[in-house]
Amino acid sequence: MPVEFAIDVQDITKRFGDRTVVNRVALQVRRGEIYGFLGPNGSGKTTFLRMLCGLLTPDAGSGTCLGFDLLRDSGQIKRRVGYMTQRFSYYEDLTLEENLDFVARIYGVPNRRAAVADCLDKLGLRDRRRQLTGELSGGWKQRLALAASLLHHPELLLLDEPTAGVDPKARRDFWDEVHQLAAAGITVLVTTHYMDEAERCHRLAYLAYGELLAAGTAAELVRGAGLATWRVRGETGSPALGARLRGLPGVEQVVPFGAVLHVSGSAAALLEHSLAPLRVEGLAVEPAETSLEDVFIHLMQRAKDNYR
Amino acid sequence: MSERFSIARLAAMVLKEFIQMRRDRLTFGMMVGIPLLQLILFGFAINSDPKHLPTVVQDNDRGVFARDLVWGLKNSGYFELRGSATDNRQVRRLLDQGECSFVLTIPADFTRTLLRGERPQVLLEADATDPAATANAVAAVNQLIERALERDFTGPTRSLKRAAPAVDLRIHPLYNPEAVTQYNIVPGLMGVVLTMTLVIITAVALTRERERGTMENLLATPLRPVEVMLGKIVPYILVGYVQVTLILLAAKFLFDVPMRGSLVLLYTVSLLFIAANLMVGVTFSTLARTQLQAVQMAFFFFLPSILLSGFMFPFRGMPVWAQWIGEALPLTHFLRNIRGVLLKGNGWGESLPHLWPVALFLTVMLVLGLVRYRRTLD
Ligand SMILES: Nc1ncnc2c1ncn2[C@@H]1O[C@H](COP(=O)(O)OP(=O)(O)OP(=O)(O)O)[C@@H](O)[C@H]1O
Ligand SMILES: [Mg+2]
Repeated sequence: MPVEFAIDVQDITKRFGDRTVVNRVALQVRRGEIYGFLGPNGSGKTTFLRMLCGLLTPDAGSGTCLGFDLLRDSGQIKRRVGYMTQRFSYYEDLTLEENLDFVARIYGVPNRRAAVADCLDKLGLRDRRRQLTGELSGGWKQRLALAASLLHHPELLLLDEPTAGVDPKARRDFWDEVHQLAAAGITVLVTTHYMDEAERCHRLAYLAYGELLAAGTAAELVRGAGLATWRVRGETGSPALGARLRGLPGVEQVVPFGAVLHVSGSAAALLEHSLAPLRVEGLAVEPAETSLEDVFIHLMQRAKDNYR
Repeated sequence: MSERFSIARLAAMVLKEFIQMRRDRLTFGMMVGIPLLQLILFGFAINSDPKHLPTVVQDNDRGVFARDLVWGLKNSGYFELRGSATDNRQVRRLLDQGECSFVLTIPADFTRTLLRGERPQVLLEADATDPAATANAVAAVNQLIERALERDFTGPTRSLKRAAPAVDLRIHPLYNPEAVTQYNIVPGLMGVVLTMTLVIITAVALTRERERGTMENLLATPLRPVEVMLGKIVPYILVGYVQVTLILLAAKFLFDVPMRGSLVLLYTVSLLFIAANLMVGVTFSTLARTQLQAVQMAFFFFLPSILLSGFMFPFRGMPVWAQWIGEALPLTHFLRNIRGVLLKGNGWGESLPHLWPVALFLTVMLVLGLVRYRRTLD
């Protein structure tokens, strides 16, 4: 019987020494969903993924992964999960083909040879299959790792920054494939630092300093942040302008986007009042949609104030 | 974990290790280079003066003179009496198994011959596989006998006191009659080389996976700890066999070491020993955090092995506590077996007593390794 949630965990906590790296995180991911996992460096994303696939034991909390108990059935979970590590973790002294063959053997993939050949074809690496993996460029290593984690047809994919260092075309191909997989019923939990990728996810969670600060669809996150945002365009987008804007009452953050500055604050009326005089100086000031990036930066800043 | 052991996964692991081993030219060269280098370097042995060598007496005379002769030997400290034997076959077996280093046989007509004023023959059979171990005792024995009897030759038998020795002592150095040190060193070297190279090669096996980050992937797969550990061992058994063969060839063609026993037995004895050493390495790598630590542990194991196994110093010459440690090491038992098979022509029966300690050691190490194997990255 298919379970509604591919991941359903509560109160997951992990400590290293006396540092709590993941603090009472609860997360529910539906089957067939693409779930984006965001947060600043060191916020505990990798640690959380490792706990999901049995690589780390949570210090507290419980839950299920693909319907199996996180703590007791890690063997069952491992066979059904494809985990792509953040740091490349295949063998650099094996050829591409040997690496894929090794993975296929371990998972007992049926028609192993065909599956490996197929995988190489899809990657477009057929001609280079006898090449040592260590000789691949960083981006190609990422693509190989993704392909390898898919070899055994997992039901759940845990991808840790799969597109770091991958060129734009390959990135788009990658996301197309992820969407195809999701359409076929595979659940994907993916960490990323890219906003455009975040927008391609069905749902998002934002983690900072081990705390889950927000979760939901992109629209829900934007609404939940309760931010009013204005776009300010100066003559040159000078740094002095940014500093001046930050000093105004009601301005909580100023984020440069190319030549324009996104000015946000939670008190809409106060913000509008503060920005009005700028128009007189000939600056273009217009209301704008709050973007995901504005929201995340806002969340991160708030987290810093609370937990640091 | 309910998952059962899978041959297919083990095979995957073995295959992977094989390929990696083949690509690692430096290590592979070392595995072949070290045995040859060692053979050349260890041309000479270190001597010492072992005492309390186990001795069995076959006294067919039972007279006063014979008893005093035996006491004289015992008092020198070189010989320690381990009881008496009655028939020749029993004597032979004791020597074959290395239960004793000497057998002293006193003929039935010892007293009579002596009283007649003639020189009775006394036979001392010595296990000379390790010439250094018995050389000093053998050198002293003639004098010891003369001194023992001299004290008896008083009163009515004073006339027996002469310038010439009263007893015709025949010494039979068995197994290695010419007392060629290489005969002893070369088979011993085989054990030392195997210990040195094999422990290190697997000691870095798991720590390397951890340091390179590949462990994260390995742990995320359904591979079980036993599969990983055995997968790390199997390919290197072949390497061990290559080393054994190299040294045997050198022993035969370079040093003319006799090969009396069966090669099949020899390779079987080696198999267990090779596996035990590889297992030690794997267990070390479950304990160590880094490759460097693993290598240090390997050396820590290597030192007592080489010093207390009877390779460097004759086993019987060591203090009792050192012998106890020595008995726990696989190298000690391997040395006894390999010397027994090569030099004495020992068969299965004589080898078995030194085979099971190695098997026991292997099992203990495997269990320890499995207990210590970290299934997670915690
Ligand atoms: N094995 C460990 N021992 C001690 N501390 C650890 C360990 N692994 C991770 N940490 C700490 O836990 C925190 C969270 O690390 P984690 O790798 O989960 O962050 P992350 O969100 O994945 O960061 P990034 O975006 O940089 O990948 C970090 O501060 C890190 O130093
Ligand atoms: Mg990370």
